[in-house]
Amino acid sequence: MRNITAQAATAAAVAAGSDVAVEVRGVCKMYNEVEALRGIDLDFPAGKLTTLLGPSGCGKTTLLKIIAGLIPATSGEIRVNGQTVTGPGPERAFVFQDFALMPWATVMRNVAFGLELKGMGKDERQSIARKYIAEVGLSGFENKYPHELSGGMRQRVGLARAFAVNADVLLLDEPFSAVDEQNRRKFQEDLLELVEKEKKTFIFVTHSIEEAVYCSDRIVILSRRPGRIAQIIEPEIDRTASPDAIRRDQGYLDTVEEIWQGLKRYVD
Amino acid sequence: MTLFGYRVPMMASLLVWCVIWEIVGRSGAMFLIPPLSDVIVAAMALVQTATWQSAAITTLNSFLLGMFFAIVVGIAIGVLMGRSTTADSLLGIWVNIFVSAPLSALVPVLMILFGMGETTVVVTVFLFAVWIIVLDTRAGIQGVPPSLVEMGRSYGASPWTLYSKIIFFAALPEILAGIRLGVVRGVKGVVIGQLLVAIIGYGELFELYSRNFDMENFWALTIILFAAAMGLSALIESIEKRVDYYAGVR
Repeated sequence: MRNITAQAATAAAVAAGSDVAVEVRGVCKMYNEVEALRGIDLDFPAGKLTTLLGPSGCGKTTLLKIIAGLIPATSGEIRVNGQTVTGPGPERAFVFQDFALMPWATVMRNVAFGLELKGMGKDERQSIARKYIAEVGLSGFENKYPHELSGGMRQRVGLARAFAVNADVLLLDEPFSAVDEQNRRKFQEDLLELVEKEKKTFIFVTHSIEEAVYCSDRIVILSRRPGRIAQIIEPEIDRTASPDAIRRDQGYLDTVEEIWQGLKRYVD
Repeated sequence: MTLFGYRVPMMASLLVWCVIWEIVGRSGAMFLIPPLSDVIVAAMALVQTATWQSAAITTLNSFLLGMFFAIVVGIAIGVLMGRSTTADSLLGIWVNIFVSAPLSALVPVLMILFGMGETTVVVTVFLFAVWIIVLDTRAGIQGVPPSLVEMGRSYGASPWTLYSKIIFFAALPEILAGIRLGVVRGVKGVVIGQLLVAIIGYGELFELYSRNFDMENFWALTIILFAAAMGLSALIESIEKRVDYYAGVR
């Protein structure tokens, strides 16, 4: 585990060097009179999974949606692959907390929807969608409707849709919070496999410390409103070990404890 | 419902009322109520007359035209009110007044404006049906989950595709409910309009029969109209059922 303290955080946050997928520079966000984010400077290394963690209302989802281009920042800028973000773009794909599936469309159409919006032909987009449906483990469910699937399966559809558009950066907004505990564990394990396989940059928002430590290469802890970077932690956990070994690993348990000690003061 | 261990079909209660009607009619207690069997015989004869057929076509024509405009305008205003708070506060009060107002009182004014013809009837149908369609469409649009809209935007939907591929379908259950209620009101509108104008279509026939106390034909006309209204409403309800499965899981 590498712990970068709050004072040094800004320096470390931007010193990541060459392989940076997403750069956040001086981002502030005001909702009318409420200051949600203050002076966020952050780099997201390419090909890694970075988690935004923090107490509820710390603005982590706001930051993710600013990166996605869904809401504008009050000041500051976001660069993805060196390009300044002005709105949503094809190099970023979003996975929603409540899945955001179209209930009137089959799994196949939902997964292929991003490609449909790009104007890709039906046969081509369906063959791509079929590949990712298989990859998230939903083969055979192509013609089912979302209401026929469990919460975990619905989020797998949401994930497959994000993979299908072949974006460089995947933004996941508390993707497992509406999934039951047992499915969530299995899903986290599968996600790690997919991270390994897809070689994409993942930005992951969660309020679960265990989930953050288990999944992430890097954890950015935000303070309570106004959200600022409080701490950056890089859990150095051997990912080649089995999932069960990781969950019993001393480094894993120490990191969870360390983050909890830091966050405790924000909980009333 | 079960009776003495047997399952009674859904429409059985209607049969009971038919029998009561027949008995009251046969007893001759009220000349206003002829036996149901006579009414049915009259209905059979009526639908074969050229008068009824041309009245039915005129009526259906006014009704469909009025409903067409009500649906198009109703959905457009409803979408506008659902998406824009300015439009909502500007139009909301009027829609709420008109949805509950006794619009029959306006028909004489419409007659002055549009003449004693089919135009007045079309406008009456439109005014009866449009408001509830506006209100239900607005409710449906406001109920579209924000994340579904964000999903469309983040995957690059243009404003037009956002509306045509996502928002419209997400609001469809409520829009259809509005159209069904609008159709029921539109049937009232077409009859009231024609009755007040009194020289066209079904209204003319109603006037003719009730003035001459030709009760068999009067009731035959009523039953045909009621059956048509119920049939239309049931038709839309069956379409609604097909899309309703997703209303709960959006």
